[in-house]
Amino acid sequence: MATVEIRNVRKSYGPVEAIKGIDIAIQDGEFLVLLGPSGCGKSTLLRMVAGLEGITGGEIAIGGRVVNHLDPKDRDIAMVFQNYALYPHMTVFDNMAYGLKIRGIPKAEIRARVDKAANILELGRFLDRRPSQLSGGQRQRVAMGRAIVREPAAFLFDEPLSNLDAKLRTQMRVEIKRLQDRLGITSLYVTHDQVEAMTLADRILVMNHGVAEQIGTPLEVYQRPASLFVAGFIGSPPMNVLDGRIDDRGEAVLLPGGQRLPLPRPRATDAGRPVKLGIRPEHMAVAADGFSIEIELVEALGADTVVYGRLPDGETLLVRMAGIPTVRERDRLTVAPQDGALHLFDAVTGRRME
Amino acid sequence: MQRRVTFDSRLLPYLLLAPQVAVTLVFFIWPAANAIWQSVHLQDAFGIRSEFVWFENFTHVLGDPNYLDTLKTTVIFSVAVTVLAMGVALLLAVLADSKIKGASAYKTLLIWPYALAPAVAAVLWMFIFNPDIGSFGRALRALGFDWDYRLNGGQALLMVILAASWKQVSYNFIFFLAGLQAIPRSVMEAASIDGAGPVRRFWTITFPLLSPTTFFLLVVDMVYAFFETFGTIHALTQGGPGKATETLIFRVYQDGVVNNDLGGSSAQSVILMVIVIALTAVQFRFVERKVHYS
Repeated sequence: MATVEIRNVRKSYGPVEAIKGIDIAIQDGEFLVLLGPSGCGKSTLLRMVAGLEGITGGEIAIGGRVVNHLDPKDRDIAMVFQNYALYPHMTVFDNMAYGLKIRGIPKAEIRARVDKAANILELGRFLDRRPSQLSGGQRQRVAMGRAIVREPAAFLFDEPLSNLDAKLRTQMRVEIKRLQDRLGITSLYVTHDQVEAMTLADRILVMNHGVAEQIGTPLEVYQRPASLFVAGFIGSPPMNVLDGRIDDRGEAVLLPGGQRLPLPRPRATDAGRPVKLGIRPEHMAVAADGFSIEIELVEALGADTVVYGRLPDGETLLVRMAGIPTVRERDRLTVAPQDGALHLFDAVTGRRME
Repeated sequence: MQRRVTFDSRLLPYLLLAPQVAVTLVFFIWPAANAIWQSVHLQDAFGIRSEFVWFENFTHVLGDPNYLDTLKTTVIFSVAVTVLAMGVALLLAVLADSKIKGASAYKTLLIWPYALAPAVAAVLWMFIFNPDIGSFGRALRALGFDWDYRLNGGQALLMVILAASWKQVSYNFIFFLAGLQAIPRSVMEAASIDGAGPVRRFWTITFPLLSPTTFFLLVVDMVYAFFETFGTIHALTQGGPGKATETLIFRVYQDGVVNNDLGGSSAQSVILMVIVIALTAVQFRFVERKVHYS
C-alpha cells in the first residue's frame, strides 16, 4: 500500500505533446479513475506510472519514492490490461504464480496466495486450465488474480472491462469495487465509461487533450463540473448547453429566445457578459413559464423518459422525466430549470463561473 | 451450407487437374518408381543388361563403411546447419522485432539471400573464402592462419555449413519474425511488470510461444540440409577434400552419375526417400496437433 504522486508530468512524442502537465496526489488506498475520451492521454499516463512509457517531464513517486527511472518490475505495481494479457501457454495457476516465482517467494506461500486469490475470485476450479479454455469473464478474473497475488503497492487498471459484454461488465464492476474495498490497495483505473467512473471512484480525474479538466469526487464532478467539457462528458443524457448573456444588472441570464432566467445570486461584475448556460436534462421540469419546446422524439427507458425538444430558435433541449412517457411526439411543452440547476460557463474559455 | 462449384462438363475438372498430375507423374512418381526398380537390379557396366538382385544393393550400401561415414558427415552437417540457421535467424528476428531505427530496411536486407540460387550463393562464398582469390581467405593466410578448405576437410565442412546455413537464415527469419509479431505486446508488458527481465521474458514467454514456429522450421531445415544443399556443396567443394563434405545426397550423384553405379545409387535414393517421408510424417503429425496453444 502506498501513495502515488504525479507531479507536473508531461509526455511528448516528437513535437506532439500528449500529456501537458498533470498534477495529482493519490492517497493510500484511494481509488482514482482516469476518465476521458479516447486519445485524451489517460492510458499514456497510466503506462507512465507503470513504467511502460518514458516520462518526458515531471516526476512520478510511488510510496514516496521517485520511480521515473525504475523498470516496471521495480515499481511494485500490478497491472490489469484491456485484453487481459494472460500467458497463453501457462495454466491459470502458473499465470498467477509467474510474478511470485520470479520474486523468489517460497513454493508453499505461492500456493497459499494463489489459492486465496482464486477463492476470492471463484477461480478454484479453473487453476489447471489454460486461458484459451476460459470465457472472457473468467480470463478477466485471472488477470485480476495475477495482480492480487502480487500484493503490490498499487493496482493499475487499463480499461479492464471494455472487452466484456454489458451484463458481465456490470457484474465485474461490482466485483472490482468489492475487491478494492476489501484489499484497500491504491488503484488507478483508466476508463472512458462514465458509469464505471462514477461507481468505482473515490476521486475522478477527467482528462481531455492531455490536460486534467477536473479532479474531484464523483458527485463534485457531477454537481459542479469545472468546464463545459466535463459538463458534457459526465451525465447521461448530456447536459444542455445554451448561449446566453448576463443582463445589464447582473441578476439574470438572457437567452436568444427571450427567456430570462434569474441567477441565484447577483453578479454585478459580469453584467453584459456572454456566457454558456448549462442545465442537466434531469433538472428540467414541466412548468407554467419557461422554455416552450416542440417535442421531436420521446425515448422511453422504463424508469424514466428522455424528451428531445426543439426550442423556437432551433436549438435542441433534452428533458429527462421520471416514469413512463406522459407526452407524445409533436406535442408542445413548457419546461423550466429547477432552482439551483443552472451552471454558468465562460463563453470563451469554457471554464465554470462560480 | 457448403458451397459447391459445379462444372457443366464432367471432363473439365479432370482437365484442370491434369497439368499438376502430369508434373507430379513426370518429375516425381516416374523417377521414384524408376529408382525403386533400379535399386533392386544390378546393371552391367555398359548399361545393356540388368539383373534382379533382391536387396543386394541395399545390403551392399548399408554394409559399406564409407556409406556410414557419409551418413555421419550428413548428420553433423544437417544438425549444424539447422542449429546455426535457426539460432542466427531467431537472434536476428528478436532484434528486428524490437524497436530499432531502419527496421524495415534491415528486414528487407535479411530476406535477400533467400532469393539467390544455391550455386550463385556458393560462388559468392568462394570469392570470400578462397585462399588465393578470396578476400577473407587471403586475409586469414596473411595473418598466419593455415586456411585452405581445398586441403583441410574440417575447414571445408565448416565452410559448406556456413554457406548452407546463411541461405536458410532468411527463410527462418521471416517465420520467426512473423511468430514474434503475433505475440501481443501487452503479454510482454505484463511479464515485465511481473518482474521478468529481457532474458527471462525471452525464455519463459517468447520462446514457448514460438514453439509451433520453431518445430515447423526444425523439420523444414532438416529437410533442406539433407536434400537441398547439393548445389552449394557441388559448387564449393564437390564433396571433398577426400570425402569430408560428402553428404548422402551428394553421394547419390557421385555414385550414380559419376561412377555409374546405378543400382547402388538408386538404393541410396530409396533410403533418402524413406527419410524424407518419415520427416514429413513427423511434421504432419506434430505440427498440426501437439505444439499448439490457441
